[in-house]
Amino acid sequence: MEETLIEEGESNREGGEVSPALIAVHPLEKSLAVSIGSELRVFDLIEDCSISLVDDSGGPLHSDSIRAICFGANGKLFASAGDDKLVKVWTTNPWRCISTVIAEKRVSAVAISHDGLFVSFADKFGVVWVTGTDGDHEAKEKASPLFGHYCSIITSLEFSPDGRFIVSADRDFKIRVTVFPKNPFSGAHEIQSFCLGHTEFVSCLSFVCTQEHPQGFLLSGSGDSTVRLWDVRSGSLLDTCEVGSEAGLSECDGKEENVCPAITDICTSADGSIVAVGIQSLHGVVLLSCDLSARTLSVIKLVSMGGTFVPTSLDMSSSAERLWMVTGASNLPALDCPSFTRLRVISGLKKCGSDSSDYEPAVVEDNEIPGGMKLIEKLQGSGSNAKEEDLLAVAEAVKAAMRNQLIKRQYSVEKRELRKKRRNDRKIKI
Amino acid sequence: MSLVYNRVDHGRENIQTLIFYLNNALFFVCNFILQDFTTLHYDLLISKLLTMSENKKVKTKANNSNGLPRKRFYRARAHSNPLSDSHFPVPIAPSQVDYSIHYPYYYHPDTTIDDNEVTSNDSTLIPCKTRSKKIQFADIGCGFGGLLISLSTLFPETLMIGMEIRDKVTEYVKERILALREANPGQYQNASVVRTNSMKYIPNYFEKGQLSKMFFLFPDPHFKEKNHRRRVISPHLLDEYAYTLEVGGIIYTITDVEELGEWMKDCLEDHPLFEAISEEEFATDPVVKLLSSATEEGQKVARNGGQTFTAVYRRISPIETELGIHEV
Repeated sequence: MEETLIEEGESNREGGEVSPALIAVHPLEKSLAVSIGSELRVFDLIEDCSISLVDDSGGPLHSDSIRAICFGANGKLFASAGDDKLVKVWTTNPWRCISTVIAEKRVSAVAISHDGLFVSFADKFGVVWVTGTDGDHEAKEKASPLFGHYCSIITSLEFSPDGRFIVSADRDFKIRVTVFPKNPFSGAHEIQSFCLGHTEFVSCLSFVCTQEHPQGFLLSGSGDSTVRLWDVRSGSLLDTCEVGSEAGLSECDGKEENVCPAITDICTSADGSIVAVGIQSLHGVVLLSCDLSARTLSVIKLVSMGGTFVPTSLDMSSSAERLWMVTGASNLPALDCPSFTRLRVISGLKKCGSDSSDYEPAVVEDNEIPGGMKLIEKLQGSGSNAKEEDLLAVAEAVKAAMRNQLIKRQYSVEKRELRKKRRNDRKIKI
Repeated sequence: MSLVYNRVDHGRENIQTLIFYLNNALFFVCNFILQDFTTLHYDLLISKLLTMSENKKVKTKANNSNGLPRKRFYRARAHSNPLSDSHFPVPIAPSQVDYSIHYPYYYHPDTTIDDNEVTSNDSTLIPCKTRSKKIQFADIGCGFGGLLISLSTLFPETLMIGMEIRDKVTEYVKERILALREANPGQYQNASVVRTNSMKYIPNYFEKGQLSKMFFLFPDPHFKEKNHRRRVISPHLLDEYAYTLEVGGIIYTITDVEELGEWMKDCLEDHPLFEAISEEEFATDPVVKLLSSATEEGQKVARNGGQTFTAVYRRISPIETELGIHEV
């Protein structure tokens, strides 16, 4: 009895954690990167060919799940990081690894400053680090601590559009806005604000800016099924959009302690006209429009993908013609193939925002995707011909993994007493 | 029982007394057998007795003479894990901290709704302008609340809060403040306590620049290097303390552990948003004296003739530091 009480929720840790597939699009849609497990797949859309990654910096290759990938603002740099505690910085023209930083802990988020001079990454112990991208070899391979959230997993990291702030979100419902200093290697000590209002872990961040508001506003998605709009200077909450209930997912089936579906990813178009939101249990995406003058967020459309496609990651280029989505996971416990990826594209986003009445975003067929089947083959890998129920299993596994990692564990009084009895120092070491 | 046997063994007494003791012994043996049969019954009796004494404890938790709670009923393990997921409620944002619970004298729940009507039938109510008051002092890890009680009378117009992670100890401070409020009408209304993990949730309680004084008195030293991240003063946490302190606000730290004293001083010294207060200010600040004299821990150290290590630093504005860095 004791054993079952304690072991539940901890049992599925063995054999590596399920990690979702991620996608990143070059700001000018020159190339496309998908990560699954420890594998990084890149496709060049200009040359219309797949790229085999070269690492002549002498650093080790990724050996465990990649947890974060991103392009720099101008697309010259790309960074990947994950559970193997490696942060790799790549140039994209040509694709070469220019530095490999060995972190102390598993890395959960990564961001490149807009001037391309610094790469910042956050680990599972809540510390945000910074490393330079130019300078001598020594400086590039070393990271110095920037600031820290108190022992909380950092889920997302973003630079503000004007480059003044670095924003970090954690599982303790917090979003911290820190002034990014001129010399970040001595730490970032000045906190601009805290954006507080989410009632669950914050899962993703994205800035939205328009020509009238170049400093930008922050969007955040959370485990509480909401997307919120913030003014990062004051930390004030401007609007809340209950995406979960708007998408008809509010009727939390009473099975599991009323779990709200978590927002998995947000991406915004460069002109701020459209915001795409991925949410657990929704087979598609929700499109929001963000009115920065009125400071409001509203749902404009729910794009259903048909079948069972719950995106784990989304991105679009600054031209925002297409929304690229990927679903998949590695280290899947019960499937034939341990890892699995599926890529989909939505086009026709451009007309959105101005007059949404006659606007019709369409899911692009596989053979009509830029790059065609060659791209699909490269980015989806070998195990792509999976069945519908596999997709469903992927969605469930990713959902469970996210919950296991980020949700606050609530124990009853009896359970707490039991845990006290099994103190750490009394555990048998295997 | 054993006494009886001993005496029998030594057997220096005459036969009569020996017989008497043997009888006695027999009686005890019989009792033993009986006891065997009625163990269950005895157990019940014992548990009943225990619960009775427990009830008695609850009744006598407050000292009869002055109504103050007794510390011995609120003792708790000195260490608490600040890294664990907390199961107590935490306000989502500073605006959601319910002041009317903590400071009913200043924030009457009935009158906060209609702000314009100052005409209160309750004579103890303060006019509504003071309701905009915010907490200005925070005693992080307030323990049994000694400092809070002293500060409350020294700064009667300032709202202050103690933050403590141990449930029982918080309960004690709560009872103590309530008892003091009752015994001294009009006093101690500005002090309160909350159970929380201040290392995680300081931004949930205070806005930017809200506090003017923060206290870290005799914190857990966490000697092992792997546990240094549990120390309440650390380079990363100082960023958050600097955020909640107003420019010019003061952070007070004291410890009886030399190693920790050094650590806290080094952390504060290296932080660009803090500078040490001047010697004369250190000498004239009435609060500095309270650090070692008002708290239970401080009194304990003084009793044992121990040494204390104090570090008092002021929050300075970041522009000055920027200049300072350039000068260097």
